[in-house]
Amino acid sequence: MTAPVAPKDLVTRAQVEDFLYHEAALLDEWQLEAWQELLTDDACYYVPSNDQPESDHRRALFLIADDRERIRQRIIRVQDPNCHAEYPKSRTRRIIGNVRILGVEGDLIGVAANFVCYRFRRYERIREYVGSYRYLLRRSGDSFRIKERRVLIDAHELGTLGSVSFIL
Amino acid sequence: MSARSYIIDDRERKTFLLDREVLVSEDILRKEMAHIFGRCWIYVGHASELKAPGDFRSRKVAGRPVIFCRDQAGEFHCLFNTCRHRGAIVCTQREGNARRFMCIYHGWTYGNDGQLLRVPGDDAYFEAFDKAAHGLRRPARFEDYRGFWFMCLDPDASPLHDYLAEAKDYIDLVIDQSPSGQMEIIAGVQEYDVAANWKLMVENSVDDYHLPSTHSTWLNFMANSGVKIEPPPKEAGLVLPTKGLAVELGNGHFTTDNVNFRGRPVAKWIPLYGEAAKAEIADIRSELVGRLGAERASRVADTNRNLVIFPNLVINDGSSVTVRTFYPEGVGRMHVTAWALGPVEESENARARRLDAFLTFYGPGGFATPDDVEALELVQQGLANWSEDRWSEMSRGMGKEGEQLNSDEHHLRIFWRRWNELMGAEA
Repeated sequence: MTAPVAPKDLVTRAQVEDFLYHEAALLDEWQLEAWQELLTDDACYYVPSNDQPESDHRRALFLIADDRERIRQRIIRVQDPNCHAEYPKSRTRRIIGNVRILGVEGDLIGVAANFVCYRFRRYERIREYVGSYRYLLRRSGDSFRIKERRVLIDAHELGTLGSVSFIL
Repeated sequence: MSARSYIIDDRERKTFLLDREVLVSEDILRKEMAHIFGRCWIYVGHASELKAPGDFRSRKVAGRPVIFCRDQAGEFHCLFNTCRHRGAIVCTQREGNARRFMCIYHGWTYGNDGQLLRVPGDDAYFEAFDKAAHGLRRPARFEDYRGFWFMCLDPDASPLHDYLAEAKDYIDLVIDQSPSGQMEIIAGVQEYDVAANWKLMVENSVDDYHLPSTHSTWLNFMANSGVKIEPPPKEAGLVLPTKGLAVELGNGHFTTDNVNFRGRPVAKWIPLYGEAAKAEIADIRSELVGRLGAERASRVADTNRNLVIFPNLVINDGSSVTVRTFYPEGVGRMHVTAWALGPVEESENARARRLDAFLTFYGPGGFATPDDVEALELVQQGLANWSEDRWSEMSRGMGKEGEQLNSDEHHLRIFWRRWNELMGAEA
């Protein structure tokens, strides 16, 4: 017989939303050191190729398949003024909605959310990245940390979006 | 009367200048469609993408919608994806397996060999209507070299084998990575636009002069990952940690040929791959040596090469292998399609390592490609001043006799001379 779930173990959508909104704000503000603190020590960040959204990065070519160390290196890179694709830095604004808790297993919580991320660069037309986030969050005190962050882009091809040179 | 030249190729004064109009002019783009894309062999796809009879991929090749497919007998075809009736696309799926392609407009149905099989209500046509003559049209020529399939719109073109000239040797070097001589396109395609003229991607793909300035963050990442970045060897013009050459291969093809410092999944270990990978990479290496001999094995494993098959196919056998093609979408934009290529018999771990190595450098989320894209887009933006600032300077290394370096511009000049010639201009 399963023990009744104690209230302290409940995860509410509002808690998850607060966390995702906070993360989105850090990314849009380029506070990448603070963002890194949201990650677990074994965190991964994936952006599959547009034609293989459900694939495994060990078998299919992705756009991004970072382990924790690669994320650290990515952040060093994108903050370097010699990262020409992001210097001057893109301005981004992400809108997150349709947040769903997909499941809870132990201290891990599966979460899905829709996003629109607008990216602006000088002299350029707006680029709109639309898709869904898939998270594996780990409970951490009153909040969460990110164990896995997967970004599925809806566009059939990356096309005019061009690159994913910032943290999407 | 021949057209004016688009280049100034002054071998006496060792000066090579390119007229920037070729990167901004709509008229020149239209002419390229006929003189370059209408006459050269253009890459369609790789045999490994169609494993079984009936497999198909629909894609655009040189801007033209085609179906790259195999019929029931297993023969390869490249069919124009255009209904003979009223012109609609007949295959709308990206990929799959099908015996037939049916046009949704009026139901004309074609076999996977292109033959017209069914015309609804065909009793309304008169005798002069010949079904057999209404199969899907196809490019004039369709040939492969060791699984790399190309099409050509010019019926009088020389055979692909001849066209590729010495580029074949460098394709062979890529294929030699596989014990069975079979490389495959790995699932997952990167398709992205660059807001720049397509020819700038040709230049960029082999231009090693740009590496230290455009890719310092990548070099920094390599150093952070334990890869030793030595100062360039003491020879005029070298800018990378090891020596590299630019090699002319005939018919406008060329390659860089560099002593490797950046590691190779086949088969040169670097700390980035992790200690656990050392043993397997040593095994891959000894298989190469056993099969190819020490010298050839070293050629495969210890050099990296960025190969351009004129006009728009690049095989970068570098941090990993990428097959990349690109096509103009207007004068200031191109579509890029890039795949990863690997040996069919690769272990799961070796495949994962190859894909990871790919992403350290290449692609829209890689640690280098986005900065290449930025550089090319900055060129295109700068070219808005072309009529007042007309010439690009491409003389680097021109005074050198013999050996040409990867960081010189010899190979870029090869491209532009060939391009200029095909465009009907006099050098």
